[in-house]
Amino acid sequence: MNWASFYAVISGVNRHSTGIGRIWLSVLFIFRILVLVVAAESVWGDEKSGFICNTQQPGCNSVCYDHFFPISHIRLWALQLILVSTPALLVAMHVAHRRHVDKRLYKLSGRTNPKDLEQIKTQKMKITGALWWTYVISLLFRIVFEVTFMYLFYMIYPGYKMIRLVKCDSYPCPNTVDCFVSRPTEKTVFTVFMLAVSGVCILLNIAEVFFLVGKACGKHLHTAGDSTMGVWIQQKLCSY
Amino acid sequence: MSWPVLYAQLVGANRHSTSLGKVWLSVLFIFRVMVLVVAAESVWGDEQSDFTCNTLQPGCENVCYDQFFPVSHIRLWCLQLVFVSTPTLLVAMYVSYRNHSDKKRLLQSSGRAGLLSNKGQEEDLETLKKRRLPVAGALWWTYACSLVFRLLFEGGFMYALYVVYDGFQMPRLVQCDQWPCPNLVDCFISRPTEKTIFTVFMATASSICMVLNMAELSYLVAKAVTR
Repeated sequence: MNWASFYAVISGVNRHSTGIGRIWLSVLFIFRILVLVVAAESVWGDEKSGFICNTQQPGCNSVCYDHFFPISHIRLWALQLILVSTPALLVAMHVAHRRHVDKRLYKLSGRTNPKDLEQIKTQKMKITGALWWTYVISLLFRIVFEVTFMYLFYMIYPGYKMIRLVKCDSYPCPNTVDCFVSRPTEKTVFTVFMLAVSGVCILLNIAEVFFLVGKACGKHLHTAGDSTMGVWIQQKLCSY
Repeated sequence: MSWPVLYAQLVGANRHSTSLGKVWLSVLFIFRVMVLVVAAESVWGDEQSDFTCNTLQPGCENVCYDQFFPVSHIRLWCLQLVFVSTPTLLVAMYVSYRNHSDKKRLLQSSGRAGLLSNKGQEEDLETLKKRRLPVAGALWWTYACSLVFRLLFEGGFMYALYVVYDGFQMPRLVQCDQWPCPNLVDCFISRPTEKTIFTVFMATASSICMVLNMAELSYLVAKAVTR
């Protein structure tokens, strides 16, 4: 199980997404996962071996590294990417459930033509009704996970900047000891890049929520010609 | 999730490119991505571990390395390749949007007419999927925009590399006096000649790609003007 198989699983969801959802998925895979795998992982590769403290005291290096880097950026990003992609599987599960129900109905109504059953498998579901709610909830979860991780990053690594020098006095370091972080500038560049792309993804998700809500409102206004609520809304809008 | 996946995406988008675009994609993947992965990454592999300074002061090497190499060449090239490949996906997105709307129109018209048999409709949908759209109208503009973006990204990254490393040559020795280095300290870079060779090679390949993109853009403009 690696990123390639994860990609295969998530891109299957692509078919039932809106246009903005597809753009979000491409941004996720190209600017986040691909950059993480081909570039960021090698920048953080020697983070522990390159972390040097000005002391010969054994154990001081390890203790200070552990104190200042409770969890590495790379692992946080990997967790963020996994958690942020999984709400899409909610949608995939709902679609599979709907298809199963449709298949059952077809069979009950006597239409056991294999071509019809194939058609159920390949047709694209419209995002309406319960699927609309599942989709919107998955989007809200995505936004919540993204923002939570950005906040976590800010809490653990204040200011998003990687400092060159940290001063450490945890046991067994003899006094306050200078410890030097490896490649701080490169790490800052990549942290800012990944945060910027995360921000872009949040904006895309918010835009998609508005698009879906707008589309649903538009449909209700259009088809609720007989309902009093629809007429009332239409009158209010037309009066402006 | 790595270069082969990106390659698969781009090759799919390649169907709607001009022949220069196809040449560009081959140059990109053979002379840049492949060289980066099989050769350049091993040359830069020990860049920090073999960066040696003439001092025993702990931390001096870290700090001097960070000062002279804010972003490694390898990472700059990776980012450059990722950014340069993405405008092609704009074209792919436009093509799939066009196919989707044409499919909708086809299904609606056949639904209304009720004349097409199921098989005829399927054949039409298949030809729709497999057809190659001519580069005209809105597709022309999308394609031209993607070429302009490619040129901007290529130029931007080459300029960034030139500015950060003061040219394309890797020096053998750098002198550093950042704290905590006690005085001015000599630091030696590992494999400077090999790094210079690969930097010049990648810069040349990048320029060839820029020339191909400019040629493709002029070809498109000329084609549109004559039409």
